[in-house]
Amino acid sequence: MNNLETIKKIIVKKPLKLDCGKMINNFPVAYETYGVLNEKKDNAILVFHALTGDQFVSGINPLTQKNGWWSYAVGPEKAIDTNKYFVICCNVIGGCMGSYGPNYKDPETNKILSTAFPVITINDMVNAQYNILDFFKIDQLFCVTGGSMGGMQVLQFVNNFPNKAKIAVPIACTASHSAQNIAFNELGRQSIMADTNWMNGNYPNEKFNPDKGLAVARMVAHITYLSKNGLQEKFGRKLQERDDLKFGFDADFQIESYLRHQGSVFVDRFDANSYLYITRAMDYFDLIKQHSGNLSKAFLNSNTKFFIISFTSDWLYPTSENKDIVIALNAIGADVGFVEIECDKGHDSFLLNVPEFLSTLKNYINASYLKK
Amino acid sequence: MKQEFKIIANLIEKNTRVLDVGCGDGTLMAFLKNNKKIDIRGIEISKKKVQNCIGKGLTVIEGDAEKDLIQFPDHSFDYVILSQTLQAFLNPEQVISELLRVGKKAIVTIPNFGYWKVRLHLLIKGTMPVTRTLPEEWYNTPNLHMCTIKDFFNFCNNRKINLYKSIALKNLKSSEINNLNLTLKNLSAVLGIFLIEK
Repeated sequence: MNNLETIKKIIVKKPLKLDCGKMINNFPVAYETYGVLNEKKDNAILVFHALTGDQFVSGINPLTQKNGWWSYAVGPEKAIDTNKYFVICCNVIGGCMGSYGPNYKDPETNKILSTAFPVITINDMVNAQYNILDFFKIDQLFCVTGGSMGGMQVLQFVNNFPNKAKIAVPIACTASHSAQNIAFNELGRQSIMADTNWMNGNYPNEKFNPDKGLAVARMVAHITYLSKNGLQEKFGRKLQERDDLKFGFDADFQIESYLRHQGSVFVDRFDANSYLYITRAMDYFDLIKQHSGNLSKAFLNSNTKFFIISFTSDWLYPTSENKDIVIALNAIGADVGFVEIECDKGHDSFLLNVPEFLSTLKNYINASYLKK
Repeated sequence: MKQEFKIIANLIEKNTRVLDVGCGDGTLMAFLKNNKKIDIRGIEISKKKVQNCIGKGLTVIEGDAEKDLIQFPDHSFDYVILSQTLQAFLNPEQVISELLRVGKKAIVTIPNFGYWKVRLHLLIKGTMPVTRTLPEEWYNTPNLHMCTIKDFFNFCNNRKINLYKSIALKNLKSSEINNLNLTLKNLSAVLGIFLIEK
């Protein structure tokens, strides 16, 4: 990650009070844009990324040299057409792609913050990113969208800034992180913290990183992003480059080898402390509790139109939790559309080439832009 | 647009809030939105049709009227429309009461099982009627609770549901149904259209 210096960023001068009580200011928010902001400034789409995403939504990610995380959905003539729309994505605070996070070097002490970085929330992430509107002098966004943790940020954004987005498209998300999701995140965190290289979070000043712990965290999480049928279909009990079982603990099965690979490539692009902080922020997310049990109140003052999308095989953020958001919106007569996409690729469906999803997203966005 | 939808559209006042239950591909929704400035929402069980509606810029949620009407507050719409699907529900009685809870008024249309051709089919052939409005066979029909115009009329009267307007439709010809001509219309109409209120 030696290219961090070349990343685009704004420095937020305005003080921001975090949910933990701490004030921060003069902090960086890294971002990337795609397409052109038109003269009327009415074609801006703010995309929020998920747990392990970053600002590089589309095209080639300059740091990993791989496709941007939402390349199937965002780009010229894609569902979110960058020939038409101006797409902005910021790295969340707590992240490790240039925004204020645990790997941020405090200019005063010249030390990497590590666990001196405050525990942040989805609310903090959204408040920090809001500054990008001022930077581009955008009065109202055309759309806010994102999947998974990105969807949570969409909900929080509309709650915090009721009329700053014309439409909102939260995808495969929830208004309140479930016990099961907290449990999986805890598993990931424990695995990082159990790695002796973690050193109470101070590894950036040491020689080694907690790569093993982070890789296991990624392996666990990766399973939750897929579905049982999807795994069975893709891997079944197929063996990895061998004709028979080897009676050892090497990766006999393709699924083992696949997970190991996912773990090992992940550690090259992600920071273990960031993983701790961001999963914590997800676990703390409970928009229902923020409104004393009545989710409808989150959207009461908003004219934003909603379109909510879920996937049949997503058991991490199941349709029922997405539908709870629809129900809360309908209860106050909000303008809300909803569809569940049939797909066996699990929670990851929103990131993959799922034609039915992509065409639905495209149709909704284009029809909404025309309607204005 | 089919004659049934034209009649429904005429029953609805401009600038109102309407929910179309089982909105299909959104034909009626689009018409009401564009011609009568209606703030219109739809609910539809088929994913394909929901996606169709979304592409037309219509606000539709995927859902089952028997389970999902509960999320709408009392009288949150001026009208709730239910076109030719009442007979397909497991519990039509419950659905009607939900329609009248969510909507100040409801517009319900039913294929008339009392239509003379339907009666004749059963009388002469002795097999379950298959007609243009009821094209399925007994073993694959989604229609669980067929009724006649007279049945629906009586149903409303027994439950003190106000029948604001009852219209009989045959092909392009429509006429009002009243207590006097009920028996005749029950024989001659293919479709019954009712504007009701509790």
